[in-house]
Amino acid sequence: MPKEVCGPVLRYIIRRLLQMSGVIVVLSLLLFLWLRSLPGGTVSAILGERATPESRARLEKALGLDEPIYLQYFRFVGRALRGEFGASTGVLPGRDAFDIFLTRFPATIELSFLAILIAVVVAIPLGYVAARSRGGWLDNASVVASLIGVAVPVFFLAFLLKYFFAIKWGLLPVSGRQESLGCTRVTGFFVLDGLLTREFDCSWSALRHLILPAFALASIPFAVVFRITRAAVLDVLDEDYVRTAEAKGLTKQVIRGRHVLRNAMLPVVTTIGLQVGALLAGAVLTEKVFAFGGIGEALAIAFQMRDYSVLQVLILMAATVFVVVNLLVDISYAVIDPRVRTR
Amino acid sequence: MTFKRKAAPVVALTVAALALTACASSSRDSGTDSSAAAGGTGTFTFGAAGAPKLFDPFYATDGETFRVSRQIFDTLVSIKDGTADLEPGLAEKWEPSADGKDWTFTLRKGVKFTDGTDFNAEAVCKNFERMFDQNEAGAAAAEYWADTMGAFKSDAANSLYKGCKAEGDDKVVLSVTAATSKFPAMLSLTSFSMQSPTAMDKGKANEVAKAGDGFTYPAYSQAPVGTGAFKLEAYDEANKTVTLVRNDDHWGDKAKSAKLVFKIIPDESTRRQELQAGSIDGYDLPNPVDWKGLKDEGNQVEVRPAFNIFYLGLNPKAGNENLKNLKVRQALYHAINREQLVATQLPEGAEVATQFMPKAVKGYNADIKPYAYDVEKAKSLLAEAGATGMTLKFAYPSEVTRPYMPDPQKLYDAIKTDFEAVGIKVETETKPWNGGYLDNVSGSKYDAYFLGWTGDYNSADNFIGTFFGNLKSNRFGTEAQDFGPALSDALKAADAIVDEDERAKAYEDLNKKIMEDYLPGLAISHSPPAIVVSKNVTGLVASPLTAERFASVEVKK
Repeated sequence: MPKEVCGPVLRYIIRRLLQMSGVIVVLSLLLFLWLRSLPGGTVSAILGERATPESRARLEKALGLDEPIYLQYFRFVGRALRGEFGASTGVLPGRDAFDIFLTRFPATIELSFLAILIAVVVAIPLGYVAARSRGGWLDNASVVASLIGVAVPVFFLAFLLKYFFAIKWGLLPVSGRQESLGCTRVTGFFVLDGLLTREFDCSWSALRHLILPAFALASIPFAVVFRITRAAVLDVLDEDYVRTAEAKGLTKQVIRGRHVLRNAMLPVVTTIGLQVGALLAGAVLTEKVFAFGGIGEALAIAFQMRDYSVLQVLILMAATVFVVVNLLVDISYAVIDPRVRTR
Repeated sequence: MTFKRKAAPVVALTVAALALTACASSSRDSGTDSSAAAGGTGTFTFGAAGAPKLFDPFYATDGETFRVSRQIFDTLVSIKDGTADLEPGLAEKWEPSADGKDWTFTLRKGVKFTDGTDFNAEAVCKNFERMFDQNEAGAAAAEYWADTMGAFKSDAANSLYKGCKAEGDDKVVLSVTAATSKFPAMLSLTSFSMQSPTAMDKGKANEVAKAGDGFTYPAYSQAPVGTGAFKLEAYDEANKTVTLVRNDDHWGDKAKSAKLVFKIIPDESTRRQELQAGSIDGYDLPNPVDWKGLKDEGNQVEVRPAFNIFYLGLNPKAGNENLKNLKVRQALYHAINREQLVATQLPEGAEVATQFMPKAVKGYNADIKPYAYDVEKAKSLLAEAGATGMTLKFAYPSEVTRPYMPDPQKLYDAIKTDFEAVGIKVETETKPWNGGYLDNVSGSKYDAYFLGWTGDYNSADNFIGTFFGNLKSNRFGTEAQDFGPALSDALKAADAIVDEDERAKAYEDLNKKIMEDYLPGLAISHSPPAIVVSKNVTGLVASPLTAERFASVEVKK
């Protein structure tokens, strides 16, 4: 990037990063108070029927849950600034909550990435073709398909896929991330790990486990990306510069690539960025259906067990990821659209 | 854009990938060959409902942790397969002193831990001293010790445990401060498994520490060393599987399967589907509505003898003065059609309860007759007590199923209808199990509520002692009842009787008194929990304590 571009973009990024940390701090306070105002709590979840007033008191004191809430919050912030998020009490008791995030996050990324990939690879060309053949059978059929994608809840689709492909026809695994093959772990991304260590059966197993949840999860971004692409292409096709390009006698490839698709991509990229939030929400449900060991499944268990440390880390990290992805989307504008850079 | 600039990221990525490939290599074994020794080569894969919390059972309270620990460790006193009765474990026999305060255990000879060190009297004492000597965090985490022994070394005066003395290599004397019926049955609890002192020292087993809102556990908790039929090979947290391999040097019968894999699948219906798909060989607590379907598919549904109690607790401390009147409590009992409830709402094999413990427990009184379903009698008892049309704040938990209570809401609807039929105004309250319900029950917020208990070991004290023994704090508010102190004292006296038969008689009498004269709550039913394995599995012996050992299990292909 030339120097005159770097300056404003850098300032922009710094401003956004500052805003972002403000959002995270406020969220951490709200989250902390909200979790502790929930009925029930860690102690009940751990002791269950066994709880006696003595055992409750002993555990509350040992965990520091008997202290005033503001004191607990200050301690939490103090520890968080040192990078200590506390130990889990429910998901994997004793383990550092941040480690649990690190162990499980690759699973969610792997799943979400494949889902986005499926959605983009199918939806963008389909949206383009549908727009070009506006009103034709292909256009109508794909619009209906995308409507179904929007309307059918992701967990229901997940159940359907699982029922037919895994249970009825036995083509794909029912749940989990990989068979028990004793695979070597390097990055936590199972498909990649298998490739890196040349344990190709591990990659293959991981991929087979990914297919159903990824297709289920892809239904969310697919429908939206398709519809936005189609609408954007329709808009751009009517623009004067496309007509000008045609009049100039440019080849169809050049018009499609440089003028139509590139301009139509702006809203599409924004949409994909915004879809990350929906995707994380969808991942919680999809992971639960497929017992896929990502942060979504951990979140569900942590909530049930009132595992404060893990809930705090997972929700704050999910929020951070959401904000960062949106920042990246805004930056990618600058790359796709030169006008943003000079503004 | 020049070619160079376009190519730069690609080149960088390729270099990074190559670098990663260079430092990542397969660390996979080419296969375990523990099959060389006696036993099969097969793998038994079990669908677990949750992850084991840690591998040191001393700090655990949950069934999923104990299920794994039970395969790795042995206890001094064991439970005979398929029953709730005691049998020799690592101790071949035991003998109490006349006052019941000193117990001499004769240990099995030639037993080794899987790290090669000897199991002997010294190891036993080191285990008990280790359990006794806990820091604040450890003491809060070691719930089973606190529950059964009362206190730790820092508060030795209030502890049931007094000391341990090795007499030679194979004799050990455990001393307690008071005679109790808990001994020696409580030593069968998985929490009190015998672990290698060498490994515990090395892994600093006692260094539990507070971290944020939870505790951290030392390295030992991830590298357990026991004397059991299996040993831990790997815990793949990312893939949620625990792999155990056969301990070929086990002192008893060698395990039939070379490998035992626990696949963690939190959702019950997914466990069922995995069984259907053949990727697991069994799972615990299948939903009773699935039993028939599972059997029809050829699976073996093993219904365990019920070792639990489902009860309707009554608590006058919540403010309903009527509950202090025995006639009102009896009226409530007569109002419930339990025969119908058991037949329509509970799994096959469930029984109407006549007292607060199941039949298998020593001290069960077979002569107690169940309170008959009698609407007219209930109405007249209420009238005699002047409580006709009384209001009852009656609660049930949501978001939970328990072996003794598969569907709380359905059970609630049935009983509520019965109560309303005798003119009681029911105020319905409900909260999630972990979302306030248990807190409210403990905090005496409900007049009436559902709860239950699965026995830890075969002792009457573990049932009625747990329920009514602690006068100041129990969920039946017996402190506010005129019979409360007498009941609590009688329970303590019975617990201290040394002679087994005499003690059983005392508990039988107490059971009768509880049901006829006191009635602090309404014992409803006992429900058998099931475990399911596929048709290829042999050798599984279902345990009433839901404490199966998988050493005898094999999958025939």
